[in-house]
Amino acid sequence: MRFIFKTTYEQDIRLVKHGGQAFWYGLLGLALAAAPLLPEYYLSQLTFVCIYALVGVGLMLLTGYTGQISLGHAAFLAVGAYTEAVLQAKGVPFGVSLLAAGALAGLAGIVIGLPALRLTGIYLAIATIAFGFSVQEVLTRWESVTRGNSGITVKSISVGWFQFDAEWKLYYLTLGMLLISILAILNLLRAPTGRAFVAIRDSEISAQSMGIHLARTKTTAFALSAALTGIAGALYAHKLVFISPEQFGILLSIELAMMIFIGGIGSLHGAVYGAVFLIALPQLIAVMKDHLPAAIGHQTGLEPTVFGLIMVLVILFEPLGIYGRWLKVRYYLETFPLYKKDSFRRQKTFMKSERLR
Amino acid sequence: MSLLRVENLSIAFGGVKAVDGVGFEVSEGEVFTIIGPNGAGKTTVFNLISRIYPPTSGRMLFGDTALERVAPHRVAGLGIARTFQNIELFEHATVLDNLLIGRHCHRATGLLAELFFLPKVREAELADREAVEKVIDLLDLAHYREARVAGLPYGVRKVVELARALAVRPKLLLLDEPSSGLNTEETDDMVWWIRDIKEELGITVLMIEHDMSLVGRVSDRVLALNYGKVIASGTPAEVQGHPEVIEAYLGA
Repeated sequence: MRFIFKTTYEQDIRLVKHGGQAFWYGLLGLALAAAPLLPEYYLSQLTFVCIYALVGVGLMLLTGYTGQISLGHAAFLAVGAYTEAVLQAKGVPFGVSLLAAGALAGLAGIVIGLPALRLTGIYLAIATIAFGFSVQEVLTRWESVTRGNSGITVKSISVGWFQFDAEWKLYYLTLGMLLISILAILNLLRAPTGRAFVAIRDSEISAQSMGIHLARTKTTAFALSAALTGIAGALYAHKLVFISPEQFGILLSIELAMMIFIGGIGSLHGAVYGAVFLIALPQLIAVMKDHLPAAIGHQTGLEPTVFGLIMVLVILFEPLGIYGRWLKVRYYLETFPLYKKDSFRRQKTFMKSERLR
Repeated sequence: MSLLRVENLSIAFGGVKAVDGVGFEVSEGEVFTIIGPNGAGKTTVFNLISRIYPPTSGRMLFGDTALERVAPHRVAGLGIARTFQNIELFEHATVLDNLLIGRHCHRATGLLAELFFLPKVREAELADREAVEKVIDLLDLAHYREARVAGLPYGVRKVVELARALAVRPKLLLLDEPSSGLNTEETDDMVWWIRDIKEELGITVLMIEHDMSLVGRVSDRVLALNYGKVIASGTPAEVQGHPEVIEAYLGA
């Protein structure tokens, strides 16, 4: 077990709390920096992980920290992707179009955030699904700009003379964007706005009595979440090279929501683990297919089935997802051999009182 | 001097008049207690003061400010903090974070400054932490500082909620049944703390309470409500001896 002797309040504010963290994150950083040594296919998958993790961070901010469910995040991804594609075709420099993608998605987030001020839980989920469908429909019908179902081909990014034409260049770009976003969100979470998000998630009524402006804070959460997703969308467009409306449907939205639940709701680690899981699982299934009996391995719909099964198992046995499981494993190792089986037993509370709404 | 003046305050939910023409004055530096049977409208008065409900009629003056025109999230900034009857803490945050949220209404750092965690944000964080630590010291919460609220026993949560309200550094503290669910020992602690809050911190306390021994020990004045109307007010002894209060609430 690690005991930290605290002598200043600064220690609780620092992002890196102790030497162990510095060591392991440093190691991870080196590994990520060395990733271009991998075969190109794996590097390409890592780029996808970074993009999905970026969406995950945005969605986690909204769902995991502020407690607002969204099943329409694919729409923000689409807004970002299409903004980037259209602006790039018009010759707008990459930095500007990337910012525009984030800003436009953020605006869309504010728009969908407005009903969120009155809707909670399942009703909010329905409203965001409706939003997702509307955006997809607009992208299909607004042919003069989006070219409808025939889609848009996106060129590789160029900044001045520099071309992001190789996989490793795009990888570094997405990784950089991911790291910057994670840092910014970590900063936010240790400041009043981040605490206000958590307060709204846990009790709106007392958040309000503590002086938190509910409408403004929720709108901020929606805008930030959507903006991060929009930026991810812009990168996604370049990664995919070809985008069309049907890629941004409800299935993608659900996949994104599943990602943060499986990764571990309520922590940024969870968002990243979820992204790794989302990209790695299809690969694992593809590998396993060859070793399974033909009756199972060649069954259609194997992948969605496995996804669904894992989702059910996670909800039943590990509501805090991969990150929650990791915390338990770490605790086991730290306290070995004194680990008590019931350390993480879920407590049942028998006092349930009516709450003010 | 009166810190809070409530005049002819009423609210009706459909045909039910939960609070009906209630008026009282809380002077600066006193402990003022509202008693009354269940459903008398005590908590509704609190919810009106903290602007969760808009009053049907009547006025509430806090200093010179007409409370009925203040937005709900501005009430804390004016200097009114409250606790809730059923404990409304932020369950999945640590005790420390809960108390820091109590400092929210004093913060002026913008979103951009926070995203970059500029030096002024860091300074403000440290100042808030210091303010919070003083409350932790006062209420003996150091042991629970880093614990998540979800795992704490009921008695401790009650104290954490009081601490969170104190972290606001209010002029007026609204305590909704501070001793409900506490054992005798914890209730005794609560008595001491309420006295400390009044005498050392100089905070005016408006409280709803059923435990008459606690009411007698800490209150300067008491108001009795029944069916949304005032039936008696005065010193604890006067109100306890009032025939209507005995009839409606205390019993002979």
